[in-house]
Amino acid sequence: MLAYVIKRILYAIPVILVVNLITFLLYFKLNSPDDMARLQLGNKHVTTAAIQDWKKEHGYDKPIFYNFHASALHHLTDTLFFEKSLKMLVFDFGQSDANRNISNDLKMRMGPSLAIALPSFILGIIVNVSVALSMVLFRETWIERSMVLLCLIIMSISTLFYIIFGQFIVAKWWHWVPLSGYSPGWSQFKFVILPILIAIISSLGADARWYRAIFLEEANKEYVQLAKAKGLSSMQILLHHVLPNGALPILTGVVVLIPSLFLGSLLLESFFGIPGLGSYTMDAILQQDFAIVRVMVYLGTVLYILGLILTDLAYTYADPRIRLE
Amino acid sequence: MRIQGWIRGPVGLWFIGCKMNKTGQNDSKFFSNILDIIFKFTVILLRFLHFSLRQTKRQQALILITASLLGCYHKPHNDPYHTEDATANIYYGAYSSAPKTLDPAKAYTTDEAQFVSLVYETPLQYQYLTRPWALEPLLATRMPEVVYKDAQGNVTSDPRLAKCSEYTIHIQPGVYYQPHPAFARSQQGGYLYWPLSADAAQAYQQISDFKYTATREVTAEDFVYEIKRLASPAVQSPIYGLMSEHIQGLSTLREEIEQSRSVDLRAYPFAGATVIDKYTYRIDLKDPYPQFIYWLAMSFFAPYPWEADQFYQNPGFADRNLSIDWVPIGTGPYEFVRNNPNQSLQLIRNTNFHGEKVPAGLAARPGKHIPYIDRIEFYLEKEAIPTWNKFLQGYYDQSGIASDTFDQAISYNAQRQPIVSPKLQKKGITLQISTSPTIFYLGFNQLDPVVGGSSAAAQKLRQALSIAVDMNEYIKLFLNGRGEVAQSPLPPGIFGARTGQAGIDPVIFQWQNNQIKRRPLSDAQKLLSEAGYPNGIDVKTGRPLALTLSIMSESNIDEGTLYAWFRQQFAKLNIELNIDSTTYSRFQDKLQNGSTQLFFSGWIADYPDPENFLFLLYGPNAKVEHNGENVANYNNAQFDAWYQAMARMPNGPERQALIDKMVQQVQEDAPWIWGFYPVSYQLSHAWVLDSYANPLMSNTLKYMRILPEIRYQARVAWNPISKWPIILIVLGLFIFIVVAVFAYRKINQRRVSIL
Amino acid sequence: MIHWMFLASDLLFYLLLLFVFFYLIFVYQHDHLQKIWKSIFTQPAAKVSFCIVLFYITIALLDSMHFIVLKDRFGFKADPYTARSVLDLSLMPLPVINEETYSAPFSKHLYQKEWMPTKTGTMQNLFIPLKHTPHIMGTNKIGQDVFYIAIKSIRTGVLLGALTTLLMLPFAIIAAIPAGYFGGWIDDLVQFVYITLSSIPGVLLIAASILAMQIYVEAHPNWFLTNTVRADIRLLTLCAILGLTSWTTLCRIIRAETLKLRESDFVLAARAMGKGSMGIMLRHILPNISHLVLITVVLDFSALVMAEAVLTYIGVGVDPNMYSWGNMIAAARLELAREPVVWWPLMSAFVLMFIFILAINLFADGVRKGFSPRER
Repeated sequence: MLAYVIKRILYAIPVILVVNLITFLLYFKLNSPDDMARLQLGNKHVTTAAIQDWKKEHGYDKPIFYNFHASALHHLTDTLFFEKSLKMLVFDFGQSDANRNISNDLKMRMGPSLAIALPSFILGIIVNVSVALSMVLFRETWIERSMVLLCLIIMSISTLFYIIFGQFIVAKWWHWVPLSGYSPGWSQFKFVILPILIAIISSLGADARWYRAIFLEEANKEYVQLAKAKGLSSMQILLHHVLPNGALPILTGVVVLIPSLFLGSLLLESFFGIPGLGSYTMDAILQQDFAIVRVMVYLGTVLYILGLILTDLAYTYADPRIRLE
Repeated sequence: MRIQGWIRGPVGLWFIGCKMNKTGQNDSKFFSNILDIIFKFTVILLRFLHFSLRQTKRQQALILITASLLGCYHKPHNDPYHTEDATANIYYGAYSSAPKTLDPAKAYTTDEAQFVSLVYETPLQYQYLTRPWALEPLLATRMPEVVYKDAQGNVTSDPRLAKCSEYTIHIQPGVYYQPHPAFARSQQGGYLYWPLSADAAQAYQQISDFKYTATREVTAEDFVYEIKRLASPAVQSPIYGLMSEHIQGLSTLREEIEQSRSVDLRAYPFAGATVIDKYTYRIDLKDPYPQFIYWLAMSFFAPYPWEADQFYQNPGFADRNLSIDWVPIGTGPYEFVRNNPNQSLQLIRNTNFHGEKVPAGLAARPGKHIPYIDRIEFYLEKEAIPTWNKFLQGYYDQSGIASDTFDQAISYNAQRQPIVSPKLQKKGITLQISTSPTIFYLGFNQLDPVVGGSSAAAQKLRQALSIAVDMNEYIKLFLNGRGEVAQSPLPPGIFGARTGQAGIDPVIFQWQNNQIKRRPLSDAQKLLSEAGYPNGIDVKTGRPLALTLSIMSESNIDEGTLYAWFRQQFAKLNIELNIDSTTYSRFQDKLQNGSTQLFFSGWIADYPDPENFLFLLYGPNAKVEHNGENVANYNNAQFDAWYQAMARMPNGPERQALIDKMVQQVQEDAPWIWGFYPVSYQLSHAWVLDSYANPLMSNTLKYMRILPEIRYQARVAWNPISKWPIILIVLGLFIFIVVAVFAYRKINQRRVSIL
Repeated sequence: MIHWMFLASDLLFYLLLLFVFFYLIFVYQHDHLQKIWKSIFTQPAAKVSFCIVLFYITIALLDSMHFIVLKDRFGFKADPYTARSVLDLSLMPLPVINEETYSAPFSKHLYQKEWMPTKTGTMQNLFIPLKHTPHIMGTNKIGQDVFYIAIKSIRTGVLLGALTTLLMLPFAIIAAIPAGYFGGWIDDLVQFVYITLSSIPGVLLIAASILAMQIYVEAHPNWFLTNTVRADIRLLTLCAILGLTSWTTLCRIIRAETLKLRESDFVLAARAMGKGSMGIMLRHILPNISHLVLITVVLDFSALVMAEAVLTYIGVGVDPNMYSWGNMIAAARLELAREPVVWWPLMSAFVLMFIFILAINLFADGVRKGFSPRER
């Protein structure tokens, strides 16, 4: 098992390196050090000398890949690529264009992101599983048919509408919760409740349908027929047989998402003014702060690969017959 | 209007009161709860049935009185703040983009100035209410003594004869910095918190982790230290380039710092500023620069303690954003308590504040002293809509007006004057209108062979286009009328700017029936054909004239409409206009290279002096050749000579006459299509007092007052919680459960079950 | 005088429709496919939803036939910079009518009172009547007909879904089948590529590509003269990059299915008969995964239409000057803050988008049921 994990991590290294190189090329092409200096220095009384000075002070005056003027190993290390991109691999993220330490901002923003992502993830699974189970329970009745249709309708509405309508109706019209904002501690409840609700509702359609398919497959198996022959009620069969057996594929299916929860939700956070990593990314895109964007790409990649490894581990845990090699 | 929440009505109270007398405490609670619930339900049901969702004024007042008698200050459910006391003396504001720094030597934008100016103080400041703008001493005891010297070193009274100048500034004694750990000392006398080892520094993650703080009196040395910081390559002050042309020895200082890189700038000799005694210092300028006095009202010249640099030098502090960029040390009326630019910036009264006298024109408040507001909370609001809605709900005290909410906020009276719309008037919201010393314009790059240069043809082409582009329409369409058509580079309120008939640009406008009138298009067409482009056709090539306008693209405005409008303006003269919309960086690039033809630009004044606007057309300031702010690269020897004389002249009839000549010259030459002077509108709630817009002063909060009680009542009244959805949801759930139970029974009765 | 004009996206859309036509012929020639499709169209939901989808696609097609009006004709003013479409023609006079500002659906006047001088010279506060009535879904801030905008937005949604599919499909098939069939280093390479691609957060990749495209366009202003062409190239870039990010899912599915098929009896038999790998992949594997591809593509379609709205809202989607539901929503958000609420632009976008996506989802359901009858 350990050997497998190590192997997977080794396998991930080239992926991360390639992503690192791609992002470096892409974003430095988009935003040259001169542009960064201009954005940073504002537009009043800026001279070319000031731009050169800024670049020098922030280490952007170095060559891109190979430094002919440096000695020995510094040929490769005293370069932009090494300083600004490869250092990310050891989680040394440096300063953002807005003059803040990125690692420090990440730490501060992870909490608010999780405050929304984690409850909506867990509650979302619970709600979706219950909906899926009731669809299986009421199979081939008008209840199921209307639920299936409802799921289809729910998944045909863009998340944007849930957010816009939710904010408008609940916060602006009914005055139930603040329109936007965040505060740490227990008082954050009133800020996060609406985003969480919206997240759950907007994921309801697609996920419930998926779980329903899994449970249905389980319900069609022979042991369920056997249980029925024993005289168990539908509810008992559902809760004691279908649910535990169906839960495994569901859990292994969602494990891949867990690490990405840290990244938060782009839309929800920026609509509701929650200072998490999602709105951090969004602002970085809008303000073209590519130092942050590159870090978020890197984190996204690492967390995704972590999710893949966790999924594999979850499979072995769920089904001991599978052996990882 | 309804009253929020579950505040008990008079009827309910009466019942509870009766029961309490007869039975025991516990019983009464139980009963009161039941009664309460019954009462609430009856009220809700009654309202629901009759749709009578409104209460009379008397009921409202009764409920408010009982509420205050019982002392139950319920905050509305949608209150976004976590202060327990809903009537605390706090000002709530919003900021739309996070500041990039709070360092007084770096902060330059208005976003940054609104925070920096509350914490740092400068030797001088603008008077709050006086117009035209005038300076007054703030940390200084009196206005600086300015001495001009000629080439021989003799004192002269006329700046025009002078070669250099000296500013002697006397500062107030007894000014102390805000409490800060950088000043804290142990009993042995050494500094407690610096220098720290890497391990010891680990213990401090944020500024509140430091147990001890101390202060120190501000001395003249601190002012000199800050001027030295302007030269430091580690600081990267935006005004270094400009100041090195004026302040003696600033560039030499930079070279020296660059070489040895000592953190303590006291070690470097500096010719530009000298400490004379503990409370007096002198700044030496290379040239007579009378406008330098205005810089003394900007945070670049605030006092700065040298201890700060040592303190923030501690290992690892920068990685935790413990730096002068984010944790300031000032002398101003406020100091930061929460400092997270990503979410909220909060300030409280600086306990060491030296006090300030009430500004002229404001009534003194006996027993109270400046600042009047105890605490200021700014919240980051990137989206205009929540900000606006929160303002309407009473959670922000003041607000600007976005273009999309404009016609909701402002209506016009029969005289076409802007007033607060009736809906907002009902809430007691007031409007303030102010013109800031700012101009936006369409520049002609003078280096361009077609539109630039001093030839008569190019001049006539520029004049023709100036007539054709109707800025009045631009203001109406894109600014909701919040602007004034420019006639010259000088905005109103600046010395030398003329109003009325004397102020119009005779090339573009006429004075008819006491009103300003744009010249007819036929005038422009005539000029155009004189320029060699009859009906927009270039006689030399026989092809239609095509021009290119470079614009910095902004995502927040309706670009398509804007570009279409510009094309339409040029199409009036049959000239084809290509719009070259580029990013900020590319735009700056093009200006620097001089590769534009027409471009859209603007200038926000550093200070209210005509020099700060006319220098935008001064030849030696040309962008391409001299890296200056003359982005049109206008070059006229006569204008330059006048400018040199005007710049050093005191305000008076002589200066006015010279400015008139300069303005006339550029009106004739038309290097810019004078665009517009923006006008800003600000809304304040009824509980905000003594707020007057002063575009040059960003710390007016220190003079303002708020009435928190009134604000509280308004918030309660404006944010009634809707109760009917709760009933609907409960009803829906009930129906759902009933249906589910019945359906489940039916399934279990089924003979052939699926499950 | 008019002058026909073909945008790159128009041509690609025609090409896609041509492929669909070929597929129809293919279905006509194969009995088992015919049977399946017949069974699909016996479901009432699939039938109705197909009609709706067809209606949307027809509108998109009409809106993909562009021309430029060089001299005043059909009620259009001569304008060499604006591309008109056949759809505009059929919706006349909506494209050229402009009111002052907002007006509610079926209203006869602007939504707010204004001060107007009367004949006697005094000012009067009254509702200004509209130039043209009725506007079925009212007008927007600059007085354009909202119904017209919402209908024009259909093309953007449909094309984004369709062209993305068109661009990604060949890559997914060409990469995934050999990967599954041959295994070994080809498989490793393909897997490496799709893990790398899917590990980059999609939004950030899209944001970067859109920006790169803009910089490219800025560097070559002579190649992209009009705003229409610029908006079009941006749409295509978005399609390409969305194709790149959604390519990986399809690739994974096809590869897994190919792995299974590789061991199936008919492939083994073909191989024993000495048929070449190329032939086996084309003749035996490709037809057997086509239903999987079809289902995935139809399901992805709705996701892509919704992605357009979100990406445009964030500012990394289609051009801000293009008619699209995302742009409508972005503008409508500000309108909800008005008093009285301006709800009609948002509702129009909502209704048109909802009907379209619901129809696609219903149709996708029908297709899935048709091709895998085991699932209900």
